Amino acid sequence: MSNIEKNESAHLNNTTRLTGAEILWATLVGEGVQEVFGYPGGAILPAYDALRKFPIRHILVRHEQGAAHMADGYARASGKVGVAIATSGPGATNLVTGIATAMMDSIPIVCITGQVSSKVLGTDAFQEVDITGVTLPITKHNFLVTRPEDIAPAVRYAFQIAQSGRPGPVLVDITKDAQQNSAIFDFEGAKPHPYKPHPMLTVPDEALRDAADLIRAAKRPVILAGHGILQSNAGEQVRTLAERMSIPVGTTLLGLGAFPASHPLNLGMMGMHGESWVNDAIQQADLLIACGMRFDDRVIGTPATYAPNAKKIHIEIDPAEINKNIKADVALVADLRYVLEQLLPLLPGRDGSAWLSAIAASKGDAAVRDIKNLPDSGHLYAAHVMHDLWRITEGRAIVATDVGQHQMWEAQYYRHDHPRTLITSGGLGTMGFALPAGIGAKVACPDKEVWIIAGDGGFQMTACELATIAQEKLNVNVAIINNGYLGMVRQWQEFFYDKNYESTPLVSPDFVKLADAHGIPGIAVRDRGNLEAAVQTARNHQGAFLINFLVEQEDSVYPMIPAGKALHEMIRRPGHNPLLERPEDQ
Amino acid sequence: MLHTFIAYVEDKPGVLTRVASLFRRLNINIVSLTVGHSERRGISRMTIVVEPPDHTGDRAPDRIRASLYKLENVIDVDDIGKAPNVTRELALIKVAATAHNRSHIFELAEVFRARIVDLAPDSLMIEITGVESKIEGLIQVLNETEDRVLEVCRSGKMTMRRGKHSSGVLQAMGIGNESAPKAEIAPDNFADNI
Repeated sequence: MSNIEKNESAHLNNTTRLTGAEILWATLVGEGVQEVFGYPGGAILPAYDALRKFPIRHILVRHEQGAAHMADGYARASGKVGVAIATSGPGATNLVTGIATAMMDSIPIVCITGQVSSKVLGTDAFQEVDITGVTLPITKHNFLVTRPEDIAPAVRYAFQIAQSGRPGPVLVDITKDAQQNSAIFDFEGAKPHPYKPHPMLTVPDEALRDAADLIRAAKRPVILAGHGILQSNAGEQVRTLAERMSIPVGTTLLGLGAFPASHPLNLGMMGMHGESWVNDAIQQADLLIACGMRFDDRVIGTPATYAPNAKKIHIEIDPAEINKNIKADVALVADLRYVLEQLLPLLPGRDGSAWLSAIAASKGDAAVRDIKNLPDSGHLYAAHVMHDLWRITEGRAIVATDVGQHQMWEAQYYRHDHPRTLITSGGLGTMGFALPAGIGAKVACPDKEVWIIAGDGGFQMTACELATIAQEKLNVNVAIINNGYLGMVRQWQEFFYDKNYESTPLVSPDFVKLADAHGIPGIAVRDRGNLEAAVQTARNHQGAFLINFLVEQEDSVYPMIPAGKALHEMIRRPGHNPLLERPEDQ
Repeated sequence: MLHTFIAYVEDKPGVLTRVASLFRRLNINIVSLTVGHSERRGISRMTIVVEPPDHTGDRAPDRIRASLYKLENVIDVDDIGKAPNVTRELALIKVAATAHNRSHIFELAEVFRARIVDLAPDSLMIEITGVESKIEGLIQVLNETEDRVLEVCRSGKMTMRRGKHSSGVLQAMGIGNESAPKAEIAPDNFADNI
């Protein structure tokens, strides 16, 4: 009888004595975990020693930050809880950036860390760090477990916390002796108490009626589609609301894919790098219906100037977000899908054609200014790369992006029709996110085409994970948008710091050779003419492939709302792009 | 403006840090925070007095309450606001005094309804309970009469609403409101040290 079977039978008779290490894995198996991302070390060794007895695939990362981002990407792509595991001390602190990333974007991950033995806790033992103290403000909750019998309850409770309400990361720190000592394993007995919703959730009938009245009366309404639509699985309900009431939809960065990009009512992404007509529509709106979004400062510009004429209906599961940045006229504080299911019967239908025509008219020459519609000058623009990637992959790939210019171009030009196809760090803006998060997405969705898009700067922050791709033989495509600069910072220096390009020019290794050193084939692309062939080569290759796109160096992301300005004070795309013109064009 | 919250929290290691850390993260100064056992085993009661920055305006209290609830170990939060309540503070004050100049301090204590709880050859200790202004009044008088105040130890405010129990947790426990359904609050099967 294998140990696995033994553990499974333990669910039934709850008399099996297991080591804490075995209890940890058995509990994870019981929670439905099939893959974990981790890195071994002294204080977590008992757990690793027991791993071979359990049907769990362990993906060995090259840096624990990668493990946290992979768990994050796994969760974003699948909707399931991602699990990262690391040892004490530096292993645990290396998770911190990944945990903070997940916290800011409300991603359910559970991080397991080893800890020094309970007898030496607090003595500055080798590789000891107070990781529950360190991660206190960047987790929904965390646990320090010092006894084997507490492991299963803590891990099960962690899974409940991570997924419930507004999701987020949870850390379970387990001392080495708790892993080594034995206890009765009782999976059912370790079940947490039923989830207790936040006591301030409230959807009073009166507020529902007020919301319905506002929606019916609105002349210029806009739906703000946020990440909460994905978290609450409310895509259908939002779509029904938009279609039935003819309301145009703007999305946040993390809301991309929550409402189909190709839908006629979809205006596109709002905020700092949103298209002019989206932000103009919001500024002119008389009603905003915020669905699972938090009026982030990158979305609103400044609170004082944001949508000055609009009433705001805020539908949100986190009561702490209500009136935080923008005052809500009607707050419906609960799960988005539940709220919309209550609200939709009150909304019979509405003619919104005048407002939709007005928005269409406001697009003006925006399309003409769009770089994808300009004649091919032989230059390679990142926007072209994103547009062509979207076209070639038919918008079906999962795209993991880093942070910066390429991220905004991706958001503008890769049109996401399907939920959970954009994996990007929104709130924390974590460089180095794309590669590990894309790996996590591929592990979660092995049958999906995955494109990892990173700038030359961010890619180098976690480039070590190329080795993880090689070891795990993952079929992911890596696109580096290489402009030789820390592009977004350079753009800010150009616009706001008098072109003082301090510390932004970047010397990088030959990324194709770097990939080759990992046994991953690659190719460099310098002009648009070679783009499609390279992308198809990558797609057809069985296994990972890297493309180094050498794009225009001093290109900027437009439109742009300078920090602290109102949405309508955006910097438009230049009417003609000076970079597009070569001397021979003059 | 000062704002007072009552929080019922699980009596476990680290819970005070989580509550205090929340206010640090929100950049809100804690004016006073008292903790002690509540009427129920395993549940502590905190009186938290804070001063939200002016720019947060009238939105701050709701947001603080909502954020407190988001802490897993917080069971119930009561925003006292301007509701009728009784607020008390305890102070121990040590004053340098010898046999020659004790008697007028005894008189002062009498006036303030304070008690002398320790007497040494060169000092005495006063215990006083009351609202903040009463305690500050005594300290001020002591300073003005040139008695040397050696030490002051103040408990911070403790607040309780007047009248019938208004706290949700008490209702949920069925205390103070017999008609309320009894609900289990503390995760009893959960190991004590988690």
